[in-house]
Amino acid sequence: MFEAFADWVVEDVLGVSVTSKFGGALHFFIYDTLKILVLLSVMVFVISFVRSYFPPEKVKQWISGKKKGVASVLAALLGVVSPFCSCSTVPLFIGFVEAGIPLGVTFTFLISSPIVNEVSLVMLLSIFGWKIAVLYVLFGILLAIIAGAMIGKLKLEKYVESYVFHIKSGESTIQKMTVRERLTYAKTNVIDIVKKIWLFLLIGIGIGAWIHGYVPEDLLVRYAGKESIFAVPIAVFLGVPLYSNAVGSLPMIEALMGKGVAPGTALSFMMAMTALSFPEMVLLRKVIKTQLIGVFVLVVTIGIIAIGYIFNAIL
Amino acid sequence: MTIKVLGTGCKKCRELEQNVKMALAQLQLDVQVEKVEDIEKIMSYGVMSTPALVINEKVVSTGKLLSVDEVLRLLK
Repeated sequence: MFEAFADWVVEDVLGVSVTSKFGGALHFFIYDTLKILVLLSVMVFVISFVRSYFPPEKVKQWISGKKKGVASVLAALLGVVSPFCSCSTVPLFIGFVEAGIPLGVTFTFLISSPIVNEVSLVMLLSIFGWKIAVLYVLFGILLAIIAGAMIGKLKLEKYVESYVFHIKSGESTIQKMTVRERLTYAKTNVIDIVKKIWLFLLIGIGIGAWIHGYVPEDLLVRYAGKESIFAVPIAVFLGVPLYSNAVGSLPMIEALMGKGVAPGTALSFMMAMTALSFPEMVLLRKVIKTQLIGVFVLVVTIGIIAIGYIFNAIL
Repeated sequence: MTIKVLGTGCKKCRELEQNVKMALAQLQLDVQVEKVEDIEKIMSYGVMSTPALVINEKVVSTGKLLSVDEVLRLLK
């Protein structure tokens, strides 16, 4: 449908051939803008609606008191559906620790929650389709469980700021929402997110369109194809500072993949963008010491790089 | 009447504070809005997602940037 519309605009309205460089770039721009905006709006709406049933206060109640293994799997799964903006990192961390949830399990939640978010899901669906989107979610959950378990094994409680253990949190009041309120909440989220990212998105699509139309075929195969050993770690290191522009980079990745970047490399790039963000580290510093942040970053980075190689090997 | 906005200082928290003030102005209520940034105090309300709104020591909203209209409804 979007394809046909883009064809129609480029060929019939503007009279440019889609096989020309300019026509190809223009077609990419129109097609991607439509596809991504529509997908993003629909996905954000649906996900926000589902998420309204899983506030972090409830998640805490569900996880606390469970056996470690169960708690860790539960934390990873709930991380996927629970809404949690990075500015809530500190209260969330304290709330979990205070409820007696083990440090490793808390980290499992903190890792799983950002990796599988609505933005990364839209990116995955529009670039790779369902199959890889599901694989990404599974590997994201696995990464959160393993990384959390490792952090738990290392017994790093001493690197948690001591005041965290002294805070007494009050009884959580979990508000009841009507379905109507949940729908409004979902709609507000769509408007919020689209408002926040539309400019980055258009710039990203513009660059993507340029790559699509003008970067020579197979140029990137040499540098970022399956055979390139260092492509995955490099992609991970490039991904971290791009955190806030995750959506804008989507069309660029799409175009780059068209030019031969391996899928695992692209996936690990996206995971790095969403899982490791500098602003979140700054927030975490309020509750844990630098050493523990270091361990967290190291464990997650190694995990993401491993996933990149695994995907490149199996896809 | 006491009104508190709980938040660690992110953008949404400041916007919520503004919206609450606007709602109060519309109702012509002269109530001070207290911005609580101290994490210990925030936790004492059992809140884990910010911004949160507390009216008369009762948590009425968490993790949401309420619009002026939504605040008006909660104030009534």
